[in-house]
Amino acid sequence: MYAYNDIDRRIVAERVTQFRDQTRRYLAGELTEDQFRPLRLQNGLYYEKHNPLLRIAIPYGQLSSKQLRTLARITRIYDRGYGHFTTRHNLQLNWVRVDRVPEILAELAEVDMHSIQSCGNCIRVVTADPLAGVSPSEIADPRPWAELFRQWATLHPEFATLPRKFKVAFSGGPDDAASTRIHDLGFEMLKDTAGNPGFRVWAGGGLGRTPILGRMVRDFLPAAELLNYSEALLRVYNLQGRRDNLYKSRLKVLVQSLGAEEFSRRVEAEWTHLRGGPLTLTPERIAAVMAHFAAPAYENLPHCDARFELARRSDKGFAAWVASNVHAHRVPGYAAVTLSLKRPGKAPGDASAQTMEAAADLAERFGFGELRTSQTQNLILPDVKKSDLYNLWQEAKKFGLATATVGLLADVVACPGGDYCSLAYARTLPVVAEIQARFSSQTELADIGPLRLNISGCVNACGHHHVGDIGILGINKAGEEHYQIILGGRSTAPAAIGKVIGPSVSAAEVPEVVARIVAHYRACRYPKENFSDTLRRIGISSFMSAAYAIEEQTFDNEREVANG
Amino acid sequence: MKSKLLIMKERLQMAKLIKRRAVVANDWNILTLAEGTPPAAARLPYGDVLVPLAVWQARKWDLIQRQWNDGGQGNRLGIWLAPTDDPLTLAGDLEDLDVIAVHFPAVGDGRGYSIARMLRSRLGYRGELRAIGAVERDYLHFLERVGFDAFEIEGDESVLDSFDTFSVAYQPTTIPGSWQHEVAA
Ligand code: HEM
Ligand code: SF4
Repeated sequence: MYAYNDIDRRIVAERVTQFRDQTRRYLAGELTEDQFRPLRLQNGLYYEKHNPLLRIAIPYGQLSSKQLRTLARITRIYDRGYGHFTTRHNLQLNWVRVDRVPEILAELAEVDMHSIQSCGNCIRVVTADPLAGVSPSEIADPRPWAELFRQWATLHPEFATLPRKFKVAFSGGPDDAASTRIHDLGFEMLKDTAGNPGFRVWAGGGLGRTPILGRMVRDFLPAAELLNYSEALLRVYNLQGRRDNLYKSRLKVLVQSLGAEEFSRRVEAEWTHLRGGPLTLTPERIAAVMAHFAAPAYENLPHCDARFELARRSDKGFAAWVASNVHAHRVPGYAAVTLSLKRPGKAPGDASAQTMEAAADLAERFGFGELRTSQTQNLILPDVKKSDLYNLWQEAKKFGLATATVGLLADVVACPGGDYCSLAYARTLPVVAEIQARFSSQTELADIGPLRLNISGCVNACGHHHVGDIGILGINKAGEEHYQIILGGRSTAPAAIGKVIGPSVSAAEVPEVVARIVAHYRACRYPKENFSDTLRRIGISSFMSAAYAIEEQTFDNEREVANG
Repeated sequence: MKSKLLIMKERLQMAKLIKRRAVVANDWNILTLAEGTPPAAARLPYGDVLVPLAVWQARKWDLIQRQWNDGGQGNRLGIWLAPTDDPLTLAGDLEDLDVIAVHFPAVGDGRGYSIARMLRSRLGYRGELRAIGAVERDYLHFLERVGFDAFEIEGDESVLDSFDTFSVAYQPTTIPGSWQHEVAA
């Protein structure tokens, strides 16, 4: 993974000094609340329901075991001994003290971490495929490019006060595990016919109150032009994005109002002045960053491991875990493993200091001391030998890191909702707990198969409810917590924004509605057909009637067709 | 006589001017157009003056002649750009201006940063580029890096420290002159 050099360290250290002085001036009354706000936001410090909240950046999800131990230590000393992994490669601490934040930042700097640009109207923490570099389906490892982008975007003087937040993602290939199309700017790795790397560029995606998928603004961008093109695009946004209305200031609104073609034309016009300029990535610069992401010292292993295969056949619990939590690896004899941060009754993505330390230990014992954070609020060990999987599973179980639900209905993605967030209309965590309790049978979950359930406590969509197979959105209905049900979303390729299927329901009714939707899917699916394919085939209206238990004439007909 | 007094009074309340990292006297008047006033009808104040882009465009020759005819008093002329003004329209005028100022209506309005970059890198403007309006010390570093070399700002001399917040940067600089920061490879 990327190792900081002297320049990276100096920038982060000087940033800490700067923020320490800003915090001091704020606490001394020299900076007003309004003056301090943008400064603290760009250092990851939000003021939340109970307390200030600190959002620590984990650029493109890369974490060393040493860094994770430091995070654990920080949660113990400065918070309540746990943190919350978000959907965007961040760790949030819910209970920090403003006067101690500079100390936290100094501790982070010791392990080459920070919270720069994790909030505020700036280029946010860059995200990528959680399996980058090890996924067998990727075209090229997006991490070197994400790192080059990270450096360029960090404390960029021209783009520190954009109209609104600006989220950027890099995907390694066409399956789009980084969900580029729900980002303001998305780069999807491609190679041209000569094998040169480049990107398909998507712009203007985003969720929130007006969810929309990014549009293609360039079908092939030579990789060396990454920063020139980004500068052009950001300049167009900075100058032309709306600043009069908070809700209309994201890039998506500009792209929508101009049309993707016109927006793209303006970016290209700006880019002609920058193309080939000082930001062009030279082969030397690229090679230097790529060297940081060179493959670790993999052993030469056979594809199959006898012990692993045997264990899988003899131990049902292990087999279930392998089926959901173990992922294919491009190197024979290796696998990537998700350490689940989901457990019934626990907030999705929450991890205690002990859990973080245990995960760090596992990364060292069963890998190269490296971890990833995933968009589904889990941790990933990218390089585990198949022959180690059984041992790893047994160890992970001891620390509650082996919930075998990855990619299944109980692997719920959720924002913190009303329990923590002052913007929330409704709580999310009790609903999640109810759903997980309802679907606690491993056999049932496995039979249902891959199904993403996402829940947000308000229209801001931090829980990505528009892009789950099933999405749940907390709303306020005459002063009561109510929930809209959304179906058919997807964040990876082919991406789709889900649709609200009918009237909202109370918290108590949500698990029942979800259960009816799932039952309808099981009744209608073809063998091995997953939820999203069945939904696409039989249509959303068929699910509407099922969800609300409405008997409709057409309903049985459709089912007949579906089964026929 | 009367108008001179008036201007002096205004000057007392004026923010200080930092130029190339040093505090200097601020003798500048900023002409703003009252709403509805056509640019051609604006009354020009005496002394050093920044005029809005629209006034410059409407009365270029007046303004240049006024410079020639000021009897050797050395009154200086500049324009100030609003965030919606297109800096590229100044392409042919750079030689005629002592100062180009960019107005920041609010600290969070970052359009002026891109305007500065375009003036420096696209048009190659090398004269004084001044940030006016909502300019605060915590942003001086960024402002300087996009090419501003003058700043109208409230506060004491300690604001000057802010220029040295960072000794390195990931982005190349567009600052003309010799005080460029070290740039990360
Ligand atoms: C607790 C404090 C939080 C606050 C105040 C907050 C605020 C917001 C707001 C206002 C938006 C809407 C942006 C827009 O429409 O332009 C948003 C979007 C988003 N937030 Fe949060 N959020 C918080 C926590 C989280 C957490 C915990 C996560 C991850 C679990 C998260 C992930 C996201 C994501 C992925 C979006 C993307 C939606 C988009 O692209 O428009 N946020 N957040
Ligand atoms: S979706 Fe709403 S409730 Fe949930 S974290 Fe975001 S702002 Fe808060």
